[in-house]
Amino acid sequence: MRPTPALAVALAAMMLVSMTIGAASVDLVHAFGDPRTMLVLLESRLPRTLAVALTGAALAVAGVLIQALVRNRFVGPDTAGTAEGAALGLLAITILWPASPLWLRMVAASVSAMATTALFIAIIRRLPVREVMLVPIAGLVLSGVLGSVVTFIGWQTDLMQYIGTWLFSGEFSGVISGRYELLWIAGGAAVLAWFAADRFAIIGLGDQVATGLGLGTRAVLRLGLAVVAVVTAMVVTTVGMIPFVGLVVPNIVARIMGDNLRRTLPVVALSGAVLVMACDLAGRLVIHPYEVPAGLILGGVGSVLFLWLLYRRPRHG
Amino acid sequence: MIRIDGVSHRIGKAPILHDITTHLPEGRLTALIGPNGAGKSTLLRLIGRLEPLQQGRVSVAGRDIAATPTEDLARVMAILGQQTSIASRLRLSELVGFGRWPHHRGRPTAHDHARVAEALEAFALTPMADRFLDEVSGGQAQRAHIAMAFAQDTDWLLLDEPLNNLDMAHARALMGRLRDLVDRQGRSVGLVVHEINYAAAWADHVIAMKDGRIVAEGSANEVLTEDVLSDLYDAPIAVASHQGRPLVLHHV
Amino acid sequence: MDKRGLSILLALAACLLLCAGLWMFQGLGGGNRGFILSLRASKLAALVVVAFAIGVSTVLFQTVAANRVLTPSIMGFDALYVLLQTLLVASLGTAGFASLPPGPKFMAEIALMTAMASLLFGVLLLKGSRDLPRMILTGVILGVLFRALSSFVGRILDPNAYAVVQSVSFASFNKVQPGLLPFAAAITALACLAAWRLAPRLDVLALGRDPAVSLGLRHRGTVLQVLALIAVLVSVSTALVGPVSFFGLIVAGLAHGLMRSTRHAALLPAAALSGAILLVGGQWLFERVLDQGATLSVVVEFAGGLFFLYLLLRGHIR
Repeated sequence: MRPTPALAVALAAMMLVSMTIGAASVDLVHAFGDPRTMLVLLESRLPRTLAVALTGAALAVAGVLIQALVRNRFVGPDTAGTAEGAALGLLAITILWPASPLWLRMVAASVSAMATTALFIAIIRRLPVREVMLVPIAGLVLSGVLGSVVTFIGWQTDLMQYIGTWLFSGEFSGVISGRYELLWIAGGAAVLAWFAADRFAIIGLGDQVATGLGLGTRAVLRLGLAVVAVVTAMVVTTVGMIPFVGLVVPNIVARIMGDNLRRTLPVVALSGAVLVMACDLAGRLVIHPYEVPAGLILGGVGSVLFLWLLYRRPRHG
Repeated sequence: MIRIDGVSHRIGKAPILHDITTHLPEGRLTALIGPNGAGKSTLLRLIGRLEPLQQGRVSVAGRDIAATPTEDLARVMAILGQQTSIASRLRLSELVGFGRWPHHRGRPTAHDHARVAEALEAFALTPMADRFLDEVSGGQAQRAHIAMAFAQDTDWLLLDEPLNNLDMAHARALMGRLRDLVDRQGRSVGLVVHEINYAAAWADHVIAMKDGRIVAEGSANEVLTEDVLSDLYDAPIAVASHQGRPLVLHHV
Repeated sequence: MDKRGLSILLALAACLLLCAGLWMFQGLGGGNRGFILSLRASKLAALVVVAFAIGVSTVLFQTVAANRVLTPSIMGFDALYVLLQTLLVASLGTAGFASLPPGPKFMAEIALMTAMASLLFGVLLLKGSRDLPRMILTGVILGVLFRALSSFVGRILDPNAYAVVQSVSFASFNKVQPGLLPFAAAITALACLAAWRLAPRLDVLALGRDPAVSLGLRHRGTVLQVLALIAVLVSVSTALVGPVSFFGLIVAGLAHGLMRSTRHAALLPAAALSGAILLVGGQWLFERVLDQGATLSVVVEFAGGLFFLYLLLRGHIR
């Protein structure tokens, strides 16, 4: 079975299930005759379903990009300080200009996410090349340090509640129509990455190869950074951080299909959407009618998958 | 005498040693030789209980290593493994000082300090005794590790490729010192060597290994012959004679 | 110990006394002196206990892992403790859990933690030591897993269990439960004493596995013994103030820098004392001078994290 259609079918099926689950019971077949049901579907269920799929797909693609940029399989947008950077930017603009318009806040979050990701890349470029495992450790610690800065400022300015929703176990229960559309920007950024897929694949081979093939590495690096930062910033500010998607999905896809990004990126995006969708569904079903955040479930599932990858792969994989 | 009886060993699924039975004679300098991956280091590490025995028996001077408390073994044999990078920042004198630990268990006496000074002197380390390990050259650090095993003052000394990082003069001096230990102090030495001419010039007893099996063993003159060596290394090797001992011409 | 080491330890002790004096008596107004003094004394005791627990456990862990940039918390020890605590609450029910007397309950938690940590980290350290960075990464990810599981169990089973998880998920030097303090202090004192008695063997352990075995150290047994001590100490500090990831790194780094020795008989007291000076002095500075009582934990973590990155870039992790 080819992966793309199979994943697409699985995703579509889960999206249908996602439309029917919730506090109010919904009958899809008769929905068109019932304006109240239609309202629930269009205002709450459909936005939520779309938000989950977009988040999963965009984060998985961002994971592929950052792994190509730093040439290390054990990093993701959630372990490179990117999420904390977005939160930091958002916090800064909220404090400096409380009345700032939404678009400006998003720009601030994205720019700051980009700056911290660039800082991460600068740090790991100085690490010894052979030490594959040091890179994720450096990323996790950098995330921790930035996180403590965000927490500190949050405490001082009584914005702790506000911050909590960004940094800790993201969830989709608050998504309704009008409050998730920024995620389309993340989706758009991921599509943009697909057009430059070959460039990222070449960057992943190393600076020397890229230069030898006449590719300007700096421009590609900047493009990659921008995509990763925009995706992460949009996700963090709308639903909070969803861990491990960007880390494990690219790894699993690369194991099966290799690293020809033009071929694999759609599969990565679909798999990311399927994974997050599955976790969101599980979170909604396990203590129905209450919810467990999808981010929390991914924290558990993702770390187990990651440990499996860590011990399945040869060390310098 | 070190007796090795029916020892087999695997790492994961890969077999490393196949049913090895042999001995290292007492009061002799024994060299383990063979191509890469022959299992020499594994055998030495098994004798020195650095790896747990999976199958078979090993006894050192009559003591079964599986049944003898490790602290007692440390007063009978000293083993120096190949990997000698140490995380803590130690002065050379401190490192060599640890060689006396099996005897004093944390409370060194004047006698212990004297033996440490002797070991430092023996390996020409006294002038740099107060320098840190990461401040000296690889060869000097290697000599410090050997001095530590030497300071342990045991009947048996097992060394895994002790000549690594040593220049010609220090390598020869080390072999001379080991020879001296055997001839004058009645100790016994077992070592893995890569440069076969050190075995040819200094060893009493040679054990040749290949693919986890023993191919030949005996005196240097018996084992280091053209036939055995050409077979052992899968390459034609000529052997000449120099002052009554074999001289292996493997480099031409 | 040489003269220099001894005089540094004495100076550290004097400095700690000075900080403790400042903490106890500075700004002691007219009002209810007895009450204020007893309040301050219990907080002082808590800070010192925590500092000793973190300092000693970090030095022990760095020795057993043969690495200078690790702390038990980076490897997920405290997350394991929080998970075990959550599971206890979940299996006994909040009412049953709350009705247990704090002392025996604490002892039971510590016993469970010691067993689990020795098992888990024993396997990890004894089997994984050949690929150090992978072992570290495993510990870090296990920490993430334990935290997610605690949160998950808390959310699914019981809002009260969740409150327990929340209360131990963030470090704060301000929330010590006075009921635990006598037990915590006694256990810490015993564990520190045991560590100090192990000092000569720890010196040998620090050489790495091969040399230690060659010198006749019972390597496996010693590693497990040390892990058990670490588990006890981490339980104490996590129960008192919550998870503290990087503070131990600063303290152990200070101890190594000050003593310029690898003898644990000198390192362990130096780490404990300098940790206590930092915590007591720091808390005094932030609470009384800067009027920011809650800030110390954040500052300590921030500085510790930067110190970690610095060590990493200097190539000290290998």
